[in-house]
Amino acid sequence: MAKGIMIIVEQRNLEIRKVSLELLSQGRKIADETSEPLVAVVLGQGIDGLASTVASYGADKVILIDDAKLADYTTGAYTSALNKLIRKEEPQAVLIGNTAIGKDLAPRLAQRLGVGLASDCTGMETDASSFLTFKRPIYAGKAFEYLASNVRPILATIRPNTFALAAPDASRNAEVVKEAADIDAADLRAILKEVAIAASERPDLTEANIIVSGGRGMKGPENYVILEALADVIGAAVGASRAAVDSGWKEHKFQVGQTGKTVAPTLYIACGISGAIQHLAGMGSSKFIVAINKDPEANIFNVADYGIVGDLFEVVPVLTEELKKIVK
Amino acid sequence: MNIVVYIKQTFDTEAKIVLDGSGKIDANGVNLIINPYDEFAIEEGIRLKEKLGGEVTIVSIGGARAQEAIRTGLAMGADKGVLVTDAALENADEWANAEVLAKAVSQIPCDILLAGRIAIDDGASQIGVRLAEILNVPSISSVLKLDIAGTHATVTREIDGGTETIEADLPLVITAQKGLNDPRYPSVAGIMKAKKKPLQTLSLADLGLSAGDLAQKMSVLKYTLPDARQAGRKIPGDAAPAAQELARLLHEEAKIL
Ligand SMILES: Cc1cc2nc3c(=O)[nH]c(=O)nc-3n(C[C@H](O)[C@H](O)[C@H](O)COP(=O)(O)OP(=O)(O)OC[C@H]3O[C@@H](n4cnc5c(N)ncnc54)[C@H](O)[C@@H]3O)c2cc1C
Ligand SMILES: Nc1ncnc2c1ncn2[C@@H]1O[C@H](COP(=O)(O)O)[C@@H](O)[C@H]1O
Repeated sequence: MAKGIMIIVEQRNLEIRKVSLELLSQGRKIADETSEPLVAVVLGQGIDGLASTVASYGADKVILIDDAKLADYTTGAYTSALNKLIRKEEPQAVLIGNTAIGKDLAPRLAQRLGVGLASDCTGMETDASSFLTFKRPIYAGKAFEYLASNVRPILATIRPNTFALAAPDASRNAEVVKEAADIDAADLRAILKEVAIAASERPDLTEANIIVSGGRGMKGPENYVILEALADVIGAAVGASRAAVDSGWKEHKFQVGQTGKTVAPTLYIACGISGAIQHLAGMGSSKFIVAINKDPEANIFNVADYGIVGDLFEVVPVLTEELKKIVK
Repeated sequence: MNIVVYIKQTFDTEAKIVLDGSGKIDANGVNLIINPYDEFAIEEGIRLKEKLGGEVTIVSIGGARAQEAIRTGLAMGADKGVLVTDAALENADEWANAEVLAKAVSQIPCDILLAGRIAIDDGASQIGVRLAEILNVPSISSVLKLDIAGTHATVTREIDGGTETIEADLPLVITAQKGLNDPRYPSVAGIMKAKKKPLQTLSLADLGLSAGDLAQKMSVLKYTLPDARQAGRKIPGDAAPAAQELARLLHEEAKIL
């Protein structure tokens, strides 16, 4: 009998990703509601020290799979180890953050387990017959689909920022179990040669709580410094429209929209962005939208909670100075 | 070199999404395009052929109109197409689609298989990786750069905040991310030639499969549309006082900052 809710905890350089803590927080609530145990799995090398953090966010049981082959994420090694663990533990549901790792791992794992996968979910509810149902954006946010799994385990990847972080409780204890990795040689055919992380003090677009985004109205790559100055004051990530990316001002990884990143921050500040349907698709579910555009007819104003019709080169620096006083 | 490219025909990105009488996504009157990420996959396949020789086969599951998408790929320079079309696949989930797409190439000795990173309609980002699992070959997703020397591939892929370099022997599945290349437009000569290139249409039965083999693992319960956002308010006044007012509102009214 399938039992428990399993959270795959993602760590990089022994730092737990925020989305994993969000999943533990929400997983705890579901565990209480359904009287199922909350099981967290951490993979990596030298990860013992992470167990207490995972426990403090509500896990009843922490499974550590510690192996040199898991030090860096690879599709094969992680799939191999998790497939075996899941077959042994038989959880009802397995939840993974929809990060670069989650997106790569979950489909491979789902296929090996012979199950479905609800990817990039932005909502999850308990359900009497299906245990869990999921809400996910399709057409890059122009519609939503609600899914239920007909088989077990239920697999889902959840978009960062979907669930609130609970307050960690350091007094919580969890049963900590170590499992061997048992990775098949056939799963080590693709070899990771190099990981290059670009140095950035700013949060990742998909995880950011606030995004300051610039479009064609920025007029050139050199002007992004004014957005970066604003971003640094309010702890925001910097994004761009496709027009800015196609002009070569920003790399594609900064693009927000239907063919870029889909984001749902608490606050999205669009500067010099007209609000094309493909751009709105990627950011339309932001909780709060601010638009700064000199064209009063710009479509972005139709979705913005606050708008300023004006020259961004005059507005943004003043806004930055004002916010400096407020958030200091 | 046997190169397989998986493409999906999707709604134009301009399309407004509406639901039909039965609450499903309404495809009536919608322009269809090749999923943008699959254009990168086609281009990369053709470049591999141009460099290393061989043949590019385009494979797709879709309705009759998906032939147009395949013809476009043939006009770009692919050699032949396979369209799997079957009413039983209308509500197929990712697991079933991947099983069918794998079956469709079971007679082709593939060296490399290319798919898009994500289909912009269902946004699943699953099929390429699932295919690799079924075919028992490595998968490398979200690829920005692909170099093949002999039977060995060196691949750069995007990860959160950076890139990774991965090496693997062929056969291999890769999923294409924007940045991999700039897809070419079909030339007039290419479009003429494409009309004569082989495009095979197969049903599930032709693949030795039946609807019963493909029972859904995942069911769609319903579709909804997002609440229309209300236009908020425009803050009047000159740039500087408006910016000051905006800061105040974000702090005191919206309470975000
Ligand atoms: C297949 C496909 C996929 C696409 N995917 C995406 C996607 O993922 N993301 C995306 O963003 N787009 C995407 N697009 C492109 C989209 O259609 C638009 O072309 C694009 O979003 C426009 O970017 P923009 O708003 O920066 O530029 P524009 O539409 O040119 O708007 C610039 C705005 O800046 C304002 N402005 C100019 N100067 C100033 C100033 N000094 N101060 C204030 N405001 C100023 C102007 O009034 C104007 O409203 C896609 C298109 C296609 C066909
Ligand atoms: N119906 C289909 N026919 C052929 N290839 C597909 C189909 N659906 C998805 N794919 C391939 O898988 C990729 C990812 O799709 P998805 O997993 O649906 O996001 C697409 O970019 C295509 O390359």
